[in-house]
Amino acid sequence: MHSFEPTLPWLIVLLPLLGFALNGLAAFVAPTRKALPALVAPAAVGLAFVIAVVNFLAMRAAPPLAPVIVQGYSWMPVGSLQIDAALQLDQLSMLMTLIVTGVGFLIHVYSVGYMGADPGFARYMAYINLFIFFMLVLVLGSSFPVMFVGWEGVGLCSYLLIGFWFTEKANADAGKKAFIVNRIGDFGFLVAMFMIFANLGALDFATVFAAAPGAFPYAGAVVTTITLFLFLGATGKSAQIPLYIWLPDAMAGPTPVSALIHAATMVTAGVYMVARTSTLFALAPLSMTVVAGIGALTALFAATIGLAQYDIKKVLAYSTVSQLGYMFIGVGVGAFSAGIFHLMTHAFFKALLFLGSGAVIHAMHGALHHTHSKWDAQDMRNMGGLRKHLPITWVVMWIGTLAIAGVWPFAGFFSKDEIIWQAAARAVGPFHTWFTVYWVMALVAAMLTAFYMTRLMIMTFHGVSRLPEAEQQHLHEAPAVMWVPLAILAALSVVGGWFNIPEEIKRIPVLGWLPGGPWVHEWLQPVTRTADAIFGAQVGALSEASPLGGGEVAWAVISFAIAVAVIAIAASMVLRWQYRPALESPEPAGLKRLLWRKWYVDEIYDVLVVRPLVGASRWLWRWVDDAVIDGSVNGLASGSRGLGWLSSRLQTGQLNTYAFAVVVGVILLLAFVVL
Amino acid sequence: MVIDYSTQLHYVLALLPETVLSVWAMLVLLLDVFQKGERSEASSPGIAWITLLGVLLAAAANLWLLTLREASPAGVIAIDSFRVFSNFLFLLAAALFVLISTRYLEQEHLRLGEIYVLVLLATVGMMIFAGSRDLMVIFLGLELMSVPVYVLTGVNRRSARSAEGALKYFLLGAFSSAFFLFGIAMIYGGTRSTNLTLIAAAIGVDGLGANALVKIGMALLAVGFGFKVAAVPFHMWTPDAYEGAPAPITGFMAAGVKAAAFAAFLRVFLTAFPGLWETWGAMVFWLAILTMVGANLIALVEPNVKRMLAYSSISHAGYLLVALAAASAVGAASFLFYLVVYTLMTMGAFAVLLAVAGPGEEWLDVESYAGLGWRNPMLGVVMTVFLLSLAGFPFTGGFIGKVFILRAAVEKGFVVLAVVLVLASLVSYWYYLRVAWYMWFREATADSPTVPAVPLGLRIALVAAAAAVVLLGVFPGAFLSLAERSAASLMQAPSSVIGLLH
Repeated sequence: MHSFEPTLPWLIVLLPLLGFALNGLAAFVAPTRKALPALVAPAAVGLAFVIAVVNFLAMRAAPPLAPVIVQGYSWMPVGSLQIDAALQLDQLSMLMTLIVTGVGFLIHVYSVGYMGADPGFARYMAYINLFIFFMLVLVLGSSFPVMFVGWEGVGLCSYLLIGFWFTEKANADAGKKAFIVNRIGDFGFLVAMFMIFANLGALDFATVFAAAPGAFPYAGAVVTTITLFLFLGATGKSAQIPLYIWLPDAMAGPTPVSALIHAATMVTAGVYMVARTSTLFALAPLSMTVVAGIGALTALFAATIGLAQYDIKKVLAYSTVSQLGYMFIGVGVGAFSAGIFHLMTHAFFKALLFLGSGAVIHAMHGALHHTHSKWDAQDMRNMGGLRKHLPITWVVMWIGTLAIAGVWPFAGFFSKDEIIWQAAARAVGPFHTWFTVYWVMALVAAMLTAFYMTRLMIMTFHGVSRLPEAEQQHLHEAPAVMWVPLAILAALSVVGGWFNIPEEIKRIPVLGWLPGGPWVHEWLQPVTRTADAIFGAQVGALSEASPLGGGEVAWAVISFAIAVAVIAIAASMVLRWQYRPALESPEPAGLKRLLWRKWYVDEIYDVLVVRPLVGASRWLWRWVDDAVIDGSVNGLASGSRGLGWLSSRLQTGQLNTYAFAVVVGVILLLAFVVL
Repeated sequence: MVIDYSTQLHYVLALLPETVLSVWAMLVLLLDVFQKGERSEASSPGIAWITLLGVLLAAAANLWLLTLREASPAGVIAIDSFRVFSNFLFLLAAALFVLISTRYLEQEHLRLGEIYVLVLLATVGMMIFAGSRDLMVIFLGLELMSVPVYVLTGVNRRSARSAEGALKYFLLGAFSSAFFLFGIAMIYGGTRSTNLTLIAAAIGVDGLGANALVKIGMALLAVGFGFKVAAVPFHMWTPDAYEGAPAPITGFMAAGVKAAAFAAFLRVFLTAFPGLWETWGAMVFWLAILTMVGANLIALVEPNVKRMLAYSSISHAGYLLVALAAASAVGAASFLFYLVVYTLMTMGAFAVLLAVAGPGEEWLDVESYAGLGWRNPMLGVVMTVFLLSLAGFPFTGGFIGKVFILRAAVEKGFVVLAVVLVLASLVSYWYYLRVAWYMWFREATADSPTVPAVPLGLRIALVAAAAAVVLLGVFPGAFLSLAERSAASLMQAPSSVIGLLH
C-alpha cells in the first residue's frame, strides 16, 4: 500500500493570502469596483477547499499513522533549536482545514450578497481572505511558534472585522475589548510555549509530543502548569470564563463575520489547541478537570444569559459561548474526538443560524431603512411573524435550531449528547466526583439551549408581527447568493451528525437506522492515540453505564425525549407571552433583569480590573511624566532667557529630580556589588 | 593582512571606516562653507547626498575590515565581525537619518550643513565607542558621540523645547559621564589596566581576582551605560530630550546612539567581566525589569505620539537588557538581531511621525493620525508595519527578535524575566496599536493635519525599511545566522585570551 503524499499543500495556505493581496490592492486602487473582490475572494477559498478535499481523499485512501510534515524553509535556525516554517498534515489538521475552507467558502459567497452594497466591500473581502490564511496557518502549523503566528493573525483579523463599521464608537470599543482580553490569553500561550521549550528543548509538535510522556511524570507539577497556561490561552481565544466577555460585544461586526470567525472557526481554535496538545493534557489530570469544569460552568452560565436577551445576535453569541463550553467538556473528559466532532457540527449549525439571522437582519434593515424608521433591526421584540416574508430563512433556521437543541436525527443530537454521555461515563479515575457535577450542569445547559433557541424562533418568525404595516411591505427574502449557502449549511446540519454515530446507537431500532458510523472517532484515532493510551492506563476505561443505567442506548432515547419536550413547552410558553416593540417595552425586572444585564459581569470587571489599572497608570504618568515636564515647558514659555533662565531651570527642581533619580540608581547598583 | 599595531599605519587601517568618515565630515564642512560664501546662505540640498556618499564609502571600508586579521585578541581596536556588524548598524542609522532629514530641514528652515557634519562625527564616535577594547578609548568614543548629539538636540534654536531638552540632556549626560570615568579609574586601580581583555584576565574566569574596587568600578560603568541606553531609573532625560529634539534627530538618538551604547555595553561586560556575571547579571536583571515595567506603564496613557515613542524606546532598552543579562552566545546574537530590527522600525516610525507632525511639529497628538491610512495609504501601511513590529507581532522582525531574546533568557533560567517581557510586550500592543487604530478606524476631522506629499528619498527609505522589517520576520534565517556568527566573535575572545596571558 502506498503512503500518503500531500498534493500542493502550500497552495491551500497561500491561495487565501494571494486573495488578500489582490483584494487589498483593490481596496486602495479602486474601492468602488466590486466585481474583482466578489470573484477573487470566494474563488481563492473555494480553490483551497478543492485542494483540501483532494488531500483528504488521498489521506483516506492511505491513512498515515504519524503526521506528515511538509517542510517549507528554515524559519529560525539558531543553535540547537531549529524552527521551520512547515505544515503538519494529519487527520486532525485535515479535518480542521476542510471545516475552515468549506464553511469559509460558503460564508464568502454569502458575503458577496450581504456586503455587496457596502462601500468597504473590497476591504472586507481582503480582511476575511487574510483571516482564512491565518486560520489555516493556525491549524496546519507544525510547531508552537507557527501556530502562534496563526493565533495572533486570526486575532488581528477579528479586531479589524469587529471594528469594520468603525464610524460607530460602540463597534470600535468592541474591537478594543476583544483585543485586550485576548492579550491575556496570548500571555498564557506564550508562557506555556517557553515552559515547554525550557523543559524539552524543542517546540515542534512531533518532538514535543514524542518526548513529553517520558519527560513529564503523570500529574506532575510542570506539565500541569504548562497545560493550565495553555488553557488560559484557550479561554481567551475561545471565549470561556473568565475571558468570555469580548465575544458578545464582538457581534458589532458584520453578521457573516460573526458566523465565520466568532462561531465556526476562530473561537474554536482553543478547542483545537487542547486537542492538538492532547498528549500533554492527558498527563495532567488536574488540568483536564479544570478544562472540563470551566467548560461546564461556561456552558451553563452563558445559556442562562441567552434566555433573556432581545438582540437576535446576542442570543446566538451567548449560545456560541455555551456551545464552546460543551466542546471543552468533551476534551476535558478525555473524549478528544467528541470535542472535535462537536466543533465540526457546531460549525455547520451555528454558521447556519448566524447567516440566517443575517438574512433576518438584512430584511429588517431594508424595511426599516425604506421608511426611515429608527427601530432596532436586531431586536426580536420588533419582529414576530416573519415566516410569511422569509420562508426559506424560516425553514433553515428551524433546522439549525433542532440541530443545536439535540433533536434526532439532526447533527447536534449526535455530537452534544456524546459529550454529555462521556461526562457521565467519566465516573472513574482522579477527580471523578467533579465530573458527575459537570454532567448535571451540561444536562441543565442542554435544556436551557433548547429553550432559548425556541424562544428565538418563536419571537422572530411566529405569532403576530410587531412590525408596523408600512415596513412589512418592504420585507424581502434574501437573494439566491445568500440563501443557497444557507441551504447547503442546512443540509450539513441534518447529515453532519451521521459522520460519527456510535455503534451502540446503530443497534437501536429506528434511531439507529441511519447511514453512517463512528467515522470521526476512527479518523482521529492516529492523532489521539498517545493521549488515549495514557488516559486508558491512568484513568482506566470509561464506565460503560451512565448514572441512569442502561448505557448509551437509554441515554440517547432520554435526551431525545427531553429535547423535544423542552421545545414543545418553550414554544407554547413563548407564544402566549405578549411582546411589545422594543421602544414600548418596559425594562425587565427581577431575575429577568439580572439575566438581561448579563449578571452584571461587565460592570464587575470594570470596577475590579479596569479602573484600578487605568488609575495606576495615570498616577504613574502624572507623577513621573506629566507634572514634572509640562510644568517646565510652561515655565519656559513665560519668557526667561539666558543665564537667568538656566539658573531658574536648575532651581525649579526638575533637573534635581532627574539627577536624584540617577543617584538612587547608582546606590541601587552599588548595593548589588557591595552586598 | 595581520594587524599587530606595530606601526602607525596599522591604526589607520584598523580604523579605516572611522578615518574615512572623519575626513569626509571635514570635507562636507568645507564644502558647505565654500558653497555658502560670505552671505551665509542656506546650505544646498545637495549636501545631503554628498553626506550619504560618505556613509557609503565608510560602509565599503567597513566591509574591507573583514579581510584583516588581528595578531592578538587584546588589540586596542577590535577587528572582529561584531565590530563590523555594529558599524554597519550605525551607518544604517546615519543613512536613514540623512534620507529622513532633508524634508524636515527645509520645512523648519533649518538648512544647516553642519547638521550633517555633526551626524557624521557622532557616527564616528559610535563606531569607536562600540569597537574599542580599551576603556580610555571607549570613553573617547562615548564623548565623541555624545557632544555632537547634545548640539543636535538643540539645533533648532527657535524652539524653546529643543533648547530645554538639549540642556537637560547635556547636564545629565555630563553627570553620568563623570560616573563612567570614575568607574574606569576604579577599575584601573583594581586591575592596573584599562584594556578589556587584560581586565578579564586579571579578574579570572571565576571572578576571584576581582576586588571591591573592580566591582564598584563595574557598577559605575553600568550607570554610564544605563544612562546612554535610557534604562530606568537613568531614563528621566529621555522623554524631554526626545521630545525637544527635532524628530529626525530623535530618531537618530533613539536608534543609533542607543544601539551604540548597547553594543559597547555588551562588548565591555562580555569581554571584561565574564567572571563577574553572577554579580552584574543580577544587576542587569533588575534594571531590565524596572525598565520594561516602568516604561510600558507610562506609555500606556501617553497621548503624545513623540513621547510615546520615547517611552517605547525605553521599553525596548528593557528587552535588550534581557538579552544582555543572559550573556550567552544566543543572547548576544539575539541582541544584534534585535538592534537591527529596532533601528529600522524606530527610525521608520519617527520618519512617519515627522511627515505627520508638519511645520513646528504641531501635530504630535494621537488624534492627528485619524484617518491617515485612507488619506495617505503609503504612510499608513508602513507605519502599521513599524507599529506591529514594535509590538512584536508575528511576521515582523520584532516578533522574531523577541522570541529570540526570550529563548536566550529561558535557556539561562531567567523565567521571571521572560514572563515580565511577555507581559510588558502584551501591554505595549495597546499603545502601539492605538496609533494604528486612529490611522484606520477613525475618520479624519476638520482639525486633522493635511499631510503633504512625501519626497522620493524618504519614500524609498520608508518602503525599504518596512520591507526589511517584514522580510526579517518571514525569512530571518540568513540574517539570524549572520548575527550568530558576529556575536560568536565576541564570545570566544575572553577564554582564549585568559589562557594566552597566563
